Amino acid sequence: MSDALLEVEDLRVAFAVGGRELRAVDGISYTVEPGRTLAIIGESGSGKTVCCRAIMGLLPVGTAIGGSARLRGTEMIGLSDAELRKHRGQDMAMIFQDPARSLNPTMRVGVQVTEAITTHRKVGKKEAYAQAVELLRLVRIPAPERRFHEYPHQLSGGMRQRIMIAMALACRPKLLIADEATTALDVTTQAQIMELMLELQQELGMGLVLISHDLGLAASYADEVVVMYAGKIVEQASAKQLFGTGGTVKMRYTRALLDAIPHLERPAHTELPVVSGRPPDPANLPPGCSFAPRCPSAADDCRATRPALVEHAAGHRWACWHPCENGVAS
Amino acid sequence: MSAQEPGKEPLLSVRDLVQEFAVRHSGGTGLGRVPATPGVKAGVVQAVSGVSFDIMPGETMGIVGETGSGKSTLARSVLQAPRPKSGSVTFRGEDLTRLRGRKLLEARRHMQFVWQDPFSSLDPKWRVRSIVEEPLVAFHDGDRAARRKRVDQLLDIVGLDPVRYAKRHPRELSGGQAQRVAIARSVALNPDLLICDEAVSSLDVLIQAQVLNLFERLRHELGLSYLFIAHDLALVKQVSDRVAVMYLGRFCEVGPGESVYRKPLHPYTRALLDSIPSTEPGAARAAATLTGEPPSPINPPSGCRFRTRCPRAQEMCAEQVPMPRELAPGHLVACHFPLSEPAPAATATAAARNTEPATQSTKVVSS
Repeated sequence: MSDALLEVEDLRVAFAVGGRELRAVDGISYTVEPGRTLAIIGESGSGKTVCCRAIMGLLPVGTAIGGSARLRGTEMIGLSDAELRKHRGQDMAMIFQDPARSLNPTMRVGVQVTEAITTHRKVGKKEAYAQAVELLRLVRIPAPERRFHEYPHQLSGGMRQRIMIAMALACRPKLLIADEATTALDVTTQAQIMELMLELQQELGMGLVLISHDLGLAASYADEVVVMYAGKIVEQASAKQLFGTGGTVKMRYTRALLDAIPHLERPAHTELPVVSGRPPDPANLPPGCSFAPRCPSAADDCRATRPALVEHAAGHRWACWHPCENGVAS
Repeated sequence: MSAQEPGKEPLLSVRDLVQEFAVRHSGGTGLGRVPATPGVKAGVVQAVSGVSFDIMPGETMGIVGETGSGKSTLARSVLQAPRPKSGSVTFRGEDLTRLRGRKLLEARRHMQFVWQDPFSSLDPKWRVRSIVEEPLVAFHDGDRAARRKRVDQLLDIVGLDPVRYAKRHPRELSGGQAQRVAIARSVALNPDLLICDEAVSSLDVLIQAQVLNLFERLRHELGLSYLFIAHDLALVKQVSDRVAVMYLGRFCEVGPGESVYRKPLHPYTRALLDSIPSTEPGAARAAATLTGEPPSPINPPSGCRFRTRCPRAQEMCAEQVPMPRELAPGHLVACHFPLSEPAPAATATAAARNTEPATQSTKVVSS
């Protein structure tokens, strides 16, 4: 375990909202190995973004963060802003969903990439420019010398996301967190960007954390998959164990997510299998399994006691009293 | 571009629809001291360039395409908001492009829209009840008591409990609930056609499935026809009888959903299909076949507009606009070298892909 890039242990994040404690992330643990890809999957509000922002130190002041997150052995939780700044960019970087909102609209994109370099490294102007152009080339932007001088609004969504990746890669981070980085893009652009990230991962030996609501994306590109629901991990396994031929999904929530994706193989006008309802209010969680109110096969024990995340098979953990048999919901 | 069934009148019939927008220099006004941005030329955005299709009563037509392919502009042009540059839009036997004022309003009553973002299409200060009631008020449909009853009924249809939700504001709803309110409003006047522009794209996958099922249920219960627009081919195929693939303002391929997916004829459709992440681990790794980005619609490539990214492009593709051909029953493709034929010899491919539209424009064979 010592060669792990990122070790997250029992991470807890709670916000104080209107005098109530809102547990956004409640005791999650995972590890990311160098050169490997971990996908964190869940609906809006499941806590998948919050847990990564906690590691990056990007949560508002006053947020209660507990547990531990060690990046190459260094504890990240509880660091001061100044200390965190040394790690951000150098050791870990994050790409956000909406590149249009993450880029400064009044600055030329090349200057923004240069800024990412000069903030963390002592390099001269000319050297920084050369490095920035090299980065733009690295993320496969055609005519980087010309694009350097353009503003974000002159670029397409895919191009802007490439700029964001270039900025994130400016200091060759060991860990890259992509928070819904391709959600706003077209499928063709998404495929291009994902290919690019995987190539760069191979080249630079980065650990990659993909945050997404799209299980298809996780199945296609991730090595390890973590499924979150209401602030907890409900299933955790390698992509091979979960998806495709020979894969078995155990947790009914994961099954529901998988079934709800429109498949090309499904004939038109057939009803999609759905689970009713919505994720629970994190300030008012049910006493038992938090998915029980929506689960088609919830029994009395599900509503009474919360199942723990247990490693039932080698490398495959799930938190369910009545898991699916052979990956199929009974 | 559709298979006509004899003896049946299409509900909506669009012919040679063209929509263009004039643009000035972007990046500043280009006036006074503000310089025009280099690389972006003033000109005419050819958003939709001669699109024809029919929708039969009770049928769902899906349109897929990338951002900027003109699919939303097409939908708005059908609605006459704004009016198309040329072409005809025949809805329930009337050409909407010729209707004015009250008559156009009356026709639009039977054609409703569901937008992508429910929160920006619902007035944040109104309560759900007033939002759903608004079309009924606008068209003087029933008295207050009747409208109230109808609103309760509509909320019930879309799966929202009127007692709990009628008095809420949009901000007190989740994304899925807000979209249901928007759908309740759009079916309030018993329309014949519902135009859904990325109506489920912003929703989480579980909620998305719920709303897709709701659309299906409404199709049965209210006998609705749909024009369903999305960038996700799998999603469009799920709800559509026929699917059209749009690229830079033109249809590349139109056909029954199953046929388009099983036997795509256009290289672009093939690329779209290959880009969809599969649930098979590692399956998508080698699939990113499409490089680059769509060219600008201001100065689209001559001939076939896809040729600059097409692996099968030949010199002919730069010179002649491919006309739609029916290669399978009801399945049309606009391509000189469809996938049903063996790939053309690769000699001229690079040349055709790199040909600048400007140098070729004199050779364009008018269609």
